[in-house]
Amino acid sequence: MEALTYKQLNETVYSETMENGLQVFLLAKPEMAKTFGIFTTNYGSIDQTFTPIGKEEQVTVPEGIAHFLEHKLFEKEDRDVFQDFTKQGASANAFTSFTKTAYLFSATSQIEKNVETLLDFVQDPYFSKESVEKEKGIIGQEIRMYDDQPDWRSFFGTIQSLYHKHPVRVDIAGTVDSIEDITKDDLYTCYETFYHPSNMVLFVAGNIEPEKMMEQIRSNQNRKEFKGIPKIERFYPEEPAEVAKSEASITMPVTTAKAMIGVKEDVSALDGAELVRAELLSGMILDYYFSKSGEFYEQLYKEDLIDSSFQYETELDRQFGFTILGGDSRKPDELAARVKEMLHQLKDNHISEEDFKRMKRKKIGQFMRALNSMEFIANQFTHYHMLGVDLFDVLPTIESLTTSDADQYVENWIKEDSISVFQVNPQTNA
Amino acid sequence: MKITKETVRDKQGYRLHILPTTKYKTVSIVAKFKAPLKREGITERALLPHVLHKATNNHPNVRLLQSALEDLYGTGFSSDGSKKGENHVLSFRMEVVNESYLNESEPILEKALNIFHDVLFNPKVVDNGFDEAIVKREKQTLEQKITSIKDDKMSYANLRLIDNMCEEEPYSLHVHGYLEDLKKITAKSLYEHYLGMIENDVLDVYVIGGVDEAGIEALSDQTFTRVNSDNQGEHLESEPFHPTESKEIVEREEVNQGKLHIGYRTHIKFGDDDYYALQIFNGLFGGFPSSKLFMNVREKHSLAYYAASRFESHKGLLLVFSGVDPKDYNQAKSIILDQMEAMKQGDFSDEQVTDAKEQVVNQLQETMDNANGLIEVLYHQMLSGSTIQSEELMENIRNVTKEDVVKVAEKIELDTIYFLTSQEGGDE
Repeated sequence: MEALTYKQLNETVYSETMENGLQVFLLAKPEMAKTFGIFTTNYGSIDQTFTPIGKEEQVTVPEGIAHFLEHKLFEKEDRDVFQDFTKQGASANAFTSFTKTAYLFSATSQIEKNVETLLDFVQDPYFSKESVEKEKGIIGQEIRMYDDQPDWRSFFGTIQSLYHKHPVRVDIAGTVDSIEDITKDDLYTCYETFYHPSNMVLFVAGNIEPEKMMEQIRSNQNRKEFKGIPKIERFYPEEPAEVAKSEASITMPVTTAKAMIGVKEDVSALDGAELVRAELLSGMILDYYFSKSGEFYEQLYKEDLIDSSFQYETELDRQFGFTILGGDSRKPDELAARVKEMLHQLKDNHISEEDFKRMKRKKIGQFMRALNSMEFIANQFTHYHMLGVDLFDVLPTIESLTTSDADQYVENWIKEDSISVFQVNPQTNA
Repeated sequence: MKITKETVRDKQGYRLHILPTTKYKTVSIVAKFKAPLKREGITERALLPHVLHKATNNHPNVRLLQSALEDLYGTGFSSDGSKKGENHVLSFRMEVVNESYLNESEPILEKALNIFHDVLFNPKVVDNGFDEAIVKREKQTLEQKITSIKDDKMSYANLRLIDNMCEEEPYSLHVHGYLEDLKKITAKSLYEHYLGMIENDVLDVYVIGGVDEAGIEALSDQTFTRVNSDNQGEHLESEPFHPTESKEIVEREEVNQGKLHIGYRTHIKFGDDDYYALQIFNGLFGGFPSSKLFMNVREKHSLAYYAASRFESHKGLLLVFSGVDPKDYNQAKSIILDQMEAMKQGDFSDEQVTDAKEQVVNQLQETMDNANGLIEVLYHQMLSGSTIQSEELMENIRNVTKEDVVKVAEKIELDTIYFLTSQEGGDE
């Protein structure tokens, strides 16, 4: 077991790679009542085409399968794992993103048992034909719920405009039709390929004794058999640099229209550290212009083009990246045109040393605030780790950024064919 | 496990609650203004935080105000209005990075509290009124917010359930206010309302984090001391309401998924003896994935992705919510009503009661790990006038028996069934 201490932040992270390849990280927070554990596999909705373990030919599985698998892992032959956690005073949950599937619990007692349950249920799949069929009704309603949410529709609408073929454009839960095709054999194929311990990370944070917990995890893993450490082959379609559609819209029963401006980011040449650096720079530049202290925000707000729902985010990951800005607007066409114009202007502007220093302080403060949350630490540490970056190195990285880094970043950022506008328009019925 | 204890001091014009703890890398300061919940003034109270947030005499526009906060390591500042039973509470929250984690030796907390003071007590004033342009613009924003409640179907269904259920009670008032009242508000009338709030509302201030008690007390006094106000004020308790018969309401919108929300009267409030048993009741009925609603509506019949319940602590309500296909309305409804019947019949085991108790204790401890969560727990206690230590709180939960839960179930009355469904119907 290794210990890494981050002096300024007064945190120590313990880590070890198990014989089967599983990476384990522990963070002791004795002042907390709670312990949070999250077991993550490096497998998400974009991993649709791959060579199954032990096979030669690549396969393409139905849309929404990573998420479906997440649901089904909780069900065993004789019971529902939610009940096991309940009996142990814990609450459990799971989520699927574009690139990851994660299983988690939080509890204030019986921590050893709960960690054991977390490892065991994820490492012991049981799928039957009947239970797969039953789940289709539940996930069908989950998809319907999102269908009624204008924010979700505009988020995915924007991504679909940005991407031609890449599976990031597919809704993480799939569609009511695509999940119909999922079989128990498909689930086993995906499980066996992507849930090998060497493709997974366990992070436990909270009221724990690291030595003892590491020993427990070690013996849990040593009890189980896994074949070798396979190399996973995933395939993604060739994705053009330019956007799929420069404009698109849908009509929905909303009271206020929405306009979202998407920027397709080229991440193909960036390694993990560069991705994180780019994400930080992008966030600071967007903050400078589009946060409530920003000059662009002020213009848009005064002219009644935006309201408090206006948001922006940059998400860069392996294989894809995008920036999305927008929100509710009474004049969505005008908002879209103005934001596009502002984005193009970025390279003609320059952020002063003083302003850039303020943005750095803001980022540092945001990061420190986020560190109050063990969930944030565990999730984000895992995410960065899978990109080959240490979460706690983010602080010195922010410190090191300069205005010339920002200038250089905007210089190559916005291109006409990397922008797409997506609108949600109200139905105009009488 | 360590439980953070608060010290409460009656100060000039406010009550100060200090909770020193090393759990966080930040210091949280929350100011809560409480007044009786009334139709008159609710729209002003919804608008006020937005206007106050925009400018002070020392930071005359929003960019200057926000830049000052950013400069203090992105100090977070937010506000909201909420109903606590028949009372209305405006909360202003600030979160400041603890200076000891920074390389610089700047008095961040003191500077941030100066801004807090300015926002509350030194807003930008022109000719005995707020800034006209700011008020005009914030009225537009609030108008949009009121109108777009409809776009979030879950919140909208909840709002409509309460509209129908509590028609005659202050609790049905909308926290975002009303369009017809909004039109009448001027920069001057809002300022007058503001002066009334500053003078008459009861103010509680919570400070939590790695702070030195004496130091923070002096800083708080500089920030929150008021001249006239006492710390008592008017506190409204909900009148008991017994529905003569239950209502069933179906409304139609363009939706893919129907929203089935059901309101019950529990007649049990925060501070009552059987409040602990109500928490266990809710855990068994719809509070957790092991509950009857989740197991039956979702797992057994695959009718929903979510089916759950929660209770309103200060109003004595139990609310069920779930999203189902429009065609499954009757089936889902009868499954939910059956689960309530089963609870009344005591159709659950002692073992399940034990599990639910552990779940509730776990949830409570987790809430208290979080600064804002802990403040909410303590504020709830103070409002109900029954301040007890956390250990006792958990002891009371652990003492609940199956009989206690059945007694709670017997008290619960069905009030309103509300279904928001698609135009095409399918509710038969």
